[in-house]
Amino acid sequence: MTRSVIELPVSADDRRIARLAALAIGLTLAEAALPSPVPGVKPGLANIVILLVLLQYGWRAAAWVSGLRVLAGGLLLGSLFAPGFWLSSAGALVSLSVLALARHLPSRHFGPVSLSVLAAFGHIGGQLALVGVWLLPSAALIKLLPVFAAAALVFGAVNGLIVTRMLAAPASSGRQSAPCILP
Amino acid sequence: MMESLRAGDVGVLLAGGGLVVTLTVWAWGGDRGDTVVIRAAGKVVETTSLARTRTVAVNGPLGTTQIEIEPGRARIARDPSPRQLCVKQGWLTQSGQAALCLPNQVSLEIRGRTTAYDTLGY
Repeated sequence: MTRSVIELPVSADDRRIARLAALAIGLTLAEAALPSPVPGVKPGLANIVILLVLLQYGWRAAAWVSGLRVLAGGLLLGSLFAPGFWLSSAGALVSLSVLALARHLPSRHFGPVSLSVLAAFGHIGGQLALVGVWLLPSAALIKLLPVFAAAALVFGAVNGLIVTRMLAAPASSGRQSAPCILP
Repeated sequence: MMESLRAGDVGVLLAGGGLVVTLTVWAWGGDRGDTVVIRAAGKVVETTSLARTRTVAVNGPLGTTQIEIEPGRARIARDPSPRQLCVKQGWLTQSGQAALCLPNQVSLEIRGRTTAYDTLGY
């Protein structure tokens, strides 16, 4: 009898992405427990992690963490493949696309706050676009647009400031081996 | 120590604020009416501008309905209807708003640049 062992090589990158994704998933779950007056208005705390990953490890890692977060968050919240999951995916997709462009902005003038606000607008924009074409293809949503946009602006700015603070903290001077700083 | 807000950040925040304000005006501002249409028994008796103050008296089967027009707004001031629903509606400002005094068959409708509905049947 032969025993076959399938070994999947795990690189340091994989471990790091898994660890960061776990952090993002934890924040997603914590946030799901927060009551919200309007569905969709959320602080988006997981975006703090995505942004930190983007700035420290690049866009590919951020996309991985974001994708894993949406998938595992859906699993854990029981909304996998439900409308909420697709909304989340659409938001993450557009937000990542926006970040892919926005990270080329000159960093002398545009800091994490810019990236965070743009990503937040991308996030809500992607979600609303999907809602508009798929779930509620009517004008009912228009009255809520200012609420969503204001939430994106405020939470995006706050998250961006948090990211700035965390990047400036001496514990994480941009070194690859720096431990993950928990908020 | 990095600066937490750089020049571009301020620009992005201002642009975001501008977007929020634009969306608010666009979605909530509505269309302020500029014309008032008064009907009695289904027929238009008066179409007038919302620019200056005046009162209009319209006769219906129950009596006289008093309509007050002021710059930018109009209302039914007095009406012989038993339940006074159209009087209680107060001032109308937005295009598409209407106050109907059904017992007296008088209606007051605000019109703007764009009409919210093609037609309304009462």
